[in-house]
Amino acid sequence: MTSYRHHPDRVAALVQNDRVHRDLYLSEEIFALEQAHLFANTWVYLGHASQVPEPGDFVAQDIAGRPLLMVRQPDGAVHVLYNRCAHKGTQLVTDESGNTGRFFRCPYHAWTYKLDGAPLGVPLKNGYEGTQLKACESGRGLSVVKHVKVYRDFVFVRLSDTGPSFEDYFGEVLGAIDNMVDRSPEGKLSVGGGVLRNIVHCNWKMYLENINDTVHPMSTHESATKAAEALWEGRAPTDPKPMAMEQILPFGSGYEFFDKMGGRVFANGHSVLGVNFSIHSNYAQLPAYEAAMQAAHGAQRAADILQRSPQNSVFYPSLSVKGSPQAIRVIRPLAANRTLIEAWSFRAAGAPALLFERAMSYNRLVFSPMSVVAHDDVHLFESIQRGLHAGGNEWVSLHRNYDAAELAQSTVTTNGTNELLMRNQFRAWAKSMAAGMEAAP
Amino acid sequence: MNDPRDVVAREAALLDARRFDDWLALFADDGHYWVPLLGAAQADPFSHNSLAYEDRLLLQLRVDRLKNPRAHSQHPASRSQHVLQASRIEDESGGEVHLRTPFLYIEARGEDQILLSGTARHHLVRTPAGWAIREKRIDLLDAARALPAIQLFI
Repeated sequence: MTSYRHHPDRVAALVQNDRVHRDLYLSEEIFALEQAHLFANTWVYLGHASQVPEPGDFVAQDIAGRPLLMVRQPDGAVHVLYNRCAHKGTQLVTDESGNTGRFFRCPYHAWTYKLDGAPLGVPLKNGYEGTQLKACESGRGLSVVKHVKVYRDFVFVRLSDTGPSFEDYFGEVLGAIDNMVDRSPEGKLSVGGGVLRNIVHCNWKMYLENINDTVHPMSTHESATKAAEALWEGRAPTDPKPMAMEQILPFGSGYEFFDKMGGRVFANGHSVLGVNFSIHSNYAQLPAYEAAMQAAHGAQRAADILQRSPQNSVFYPSLSVKGSPQAIRVIRPLAANRTLIEAWSFRAAGAPALLFERAMSYNRLVFSPMSVVAHDDVHLFESIQRGLHAGGNEWVSLHRNYDAAELAQSTVTTNGTNELLMRNQFRAWAKSMAAGMEAAP
Repeated sequence: MNDPRDVVAREAALLDARRFDDWLALFADDGHYWVPLLGAAQADPFSHNSLAYEDRLLLQLRVDRLKNPRAHSQHPASRSQHVLQASRIEDESGGEVHLRTPFLYIEARGEDQILLSGTARHHLVRTPAGWAIREKRIDLLDAARALPAIQLFI
């Protein structure tokens, strides 16, 4: 297999204008380079501020193989620290979440730290007199992640000191988070109902591509949608649809529906699929909720917010957002052939309980390890991960609706089945990998 | 089948034999199948999410899908083995009974095998045709961990 370390030119050559090389998905070396560069110099979703409501609350989360801690400070700020004692490397906490009180205390030798990572105390202090401890990293407390952005309570980190600013990196796609938050009449979301966690034995990029794949539902999800349609057949259009049917039946829509929903790509790999409408557009209206939205935002703005319900908005490379239902997926790569997918549901302050129910129901039906919709997706991703080892063809086709003019454009609005929404991800991948590898070869 | 403990054993045997229609027929019309995300600690299916919370309509959808040759993820097909400990009757009154059955569950497909453990909690109601399942709740030991696809019925 080709060696890629120290060869940014070879890495760049894996992404052609209309196709990508299989090593993007298969190579462990490429995966290690992604961990070192792509996931360090881009803005990656860590968690939601509502997971740490009180001072001392923490969430432990690995990003790109580095153990991190999101911690609520006494002044209300959210800080991100490395979960590593300055002394010998012990993780300060090994629970996923909790409250550490007013300080962190390493369980190994009782070194202590303030919530912002500053050193508090060490036992046998006299033993360090005349040593270089205070002059080196180990004496300065916990290492801090310097580049943290809390955007409307969504917490992102950039681990590297180099890379674009948060606003430059995401640009217009931030409107998708705005829309999700604005759907709360009080402008406030909180995570609720726990997180569904899936282990998928495929490369993370395959999962992220599929979030923008509008041509697979007809064939991939045929068994689930046919079963749903058969069960619902013969009912009067006036029959109230159970929420599960309301959410599953649109998966059976045809190519024309998915093409017409439209898509938009932005610089750096981000996208909005379903700029015109989506499978989420026809959920039942809730008059009391609409009234609350109008009271909060005014009639016109409330209508604009509620009318916009894209299929998926991708914050490359780690997050996919749905404003309606209020749900996100987080993509956490574990190895070249292993990816953790998290599905989180949100409560919108001031909105009826039914909205939260929709979020949980959708996640359970579509993103649970027991989901009948996801089973076929997961099977096919795992099938691709094996199939790509075949001889004869080392490339993955992304040709649909390719147009050379797109190479010179950053924001493009196009038809919903254009594979531009995937090509755009890979172009961002190549750019970010090259930038990282050239800066720190 | 008068002893409700026999219903629990039969239910598992039908699943392991892939007799899903016969299995579904054990459920009452208002019956539910529930795998809470917090396992035994979860109070209800509404305040917190679940790996599955399905009424007969959704269970029927699952069963019907498995019959479709284009259920791609069933090539090769999954097979299950429930290993049940003796069921214990927790409460029996007024034609209703609650049982607890600790279990191991193995789901095998191709070269892969998943092992889950926990306690099944059956709520049965007496009908003219015998006991029917009003709720089958599965409290997994580790429901909140990252899981691979679980394709059949625990």
